[in-house]
Formats: sequence, structure tokens, C-alpha cells
Amino acid sequence: MTATTPTPVDLADLVVGQELARTRHEITRDTLVRYAGASGDFNPIHYNDTVATEAGLPGVIAHGMLTMGTAVTGLLDAIADPTAVRAYTTRFTNPIPVPATGAAVLEVSAVVAAIDEAARTARVDLTAEFDGTKVLGRARATLALPGPDSAEARTGNDAA
Amino acid sequence: MTTTPDPAFAGRSYPAGPAHTVSAAKIMEFAHATGATSPLHSDPEAARRAGHADVVAPPTFLVSLAQATEAQYIEDPAAGIDFRRVVHGEETFTLHRPVVAGDVLVPTLTVEAVRAAGGHSMITTRVDLADEAGTDVASVRSMLVVRGA
Repeated sequence: MTATTPTPVDLADLVVGQELARTRHEITRDTLVRYAGASGDFNPIHYNDTVATEAGLPGVIAHGMLTMGTAVTGLLDAIADPTAVRAYTTRFTNPIPVPATGAAVLEVSAVVAAIDEAARTARVDLTAEFDGTKVLGRARATLALPGPDSAEARTGNDAA
Repeated sequence: MTTTPDPAFAGRSYPAGPAHTVSAAKIMEFAHATGATSPLHSDPEAARRAGHADVVAPPTFLVSLAQATEAQYIEDPAAGIDFRRVVHGEETFTLHRPVVAGDVLVPTLTVEAVRAAGGHSMITTRVDLADEAGTDVASVRSMLVVRGA
């Protein structure tokens, strides 16, 4: 790889069912504290076991939004251009308990689910699991990508 | 002492603002905290080579501004939301263009729905973000579940 800005994935490179990324992410209490500071979400259930237990949780859990933000990073690396993401949605189906020491491991795969050649977008479905349990539901990212109908290609339209 | 979310808030829109300037340092911090490694988040030169005015926000970065904007509803005692019983149900980001450091964004909060379901309440809020000229930049929709007592 060179130091220049990587070329984004082209829509023509994608097929439905293609796995674009498979990643694992270690989430520790350190991760939670950093995310709290970065995001401004200081709910104590994300750092204080007593508060979390009194709230009916098994202990400190990861911010759902940390899980959502982390789960998309494998896809962002695969497409090289994070600005291609035009929509990203998820349901939060299960919490991730994060131990006081050691790490919880989030496992994510990103698979092309649909391609809209007219709109030049692709929908990528994310599967995110902790300990074999899905933590995100219907997690989907919509990418806007260059494709065969982009400006350069259109100049040769008559020959098509 | 229990409260339940007041359904009369559904459909309510709040006045726009205050304007928020997107910070390069917060973008870098957020990218680092979520493991987003693209140089477009941290290197202004790389971002400019890719055609952006400054470093680019990761896809979920606007959650902070959205949650700060939602607080005027969530933390209003009249809304009847017991924050200790709130869990996050769904989140959706729609980005009309990349958000970059230096952007001035004006948030507008709308309470889309307040519904009772199976002893719980489901609250849906939407924060629309526009630039100072009023052009839509992004929207953040959030569904919170308030567990029944």
C-alpha cells in the first residue's frame, strides 16, 4: 500500500452476498471510559458496577452507541472511504457486559445485501455478536459508491 | 413515585439551535474511541487531498450533538421520563453529505412518537441538522424504551 489516499470501492466490484469484512473488537473498561469522554455519554451504568447492578443489569455494560460505532469500522476499512456511508441504522437487541479486567469480544461481519445501480448505492448488512448472541438487530449501512453510471463512464453512453 | 411518558409530547417540535461548531479534536477523539482508523478522521492533509475542507466525522459522530439536543425533552420533568429506566432501542443516521470539522450545524428536535407497548413506553425522537443557510446536512432518529415499573 502507498501513502496516497486509497481508492474507494467501486459499485461494480460488489456482488450480493459478498462478505466485505469480518472483524473482532476487544472492548474493555478502558474502551468504555474513552468512549464516554469522546461522546459525552456519562451514564454510570457504563462504568459503575453498583449503579449497573441496581439498574437490573448483570454489571457494567458497553454503550449501545459504542457497539454501533465500533461495528461499522471493519466495513469502513474495507471500503477505504468512510464518507461513502450515507445511512446507518440498527436496533439494540442485547447488552454487552464488560468485565472489570479483561475484555469482551465483539465479532462482526459485513455482507452486501442489495445493490441499487440506478441510485449507485449498496446496502450492507452487519452481524454483530458477543459470546454467540446477536447484540445488534437489522444493522444496515447504505453506501454511495462510484459506479458504471458515474460521470466519466457516461461520456461513452452511446456505445453501450 | 413512578412516572410514565406523557403522550401529549408526541408531535412536538422545539426551536432550532443553538448552532454547534464541529471540532476536529472531538472528531479525532471519537474516531479513536470507536477504532475508526481512516486518516480522513485525523489527518487534515489527507482529508484535503480527498476533497474535504478538513477532517471527516465517522458515521455515528453526530450522536453526541443529537443526545445533547434530545436532553431538552428527555430531561424535562413534565415529559415524565424516568431516565433510570431508559434503554436504547434503535438508532438511525442519515447523512446527506460528509460532516467535517468547522461545519456549523443547527439542530432541531422533534418528538415523533410516544407509544405504550406491553407495559413499556417507546419514545422516538428525530434531530435534524442543517447548515447555517438552512440546507439539510443530516438527521438522527433515536428510539428509547422506558421500562414499565
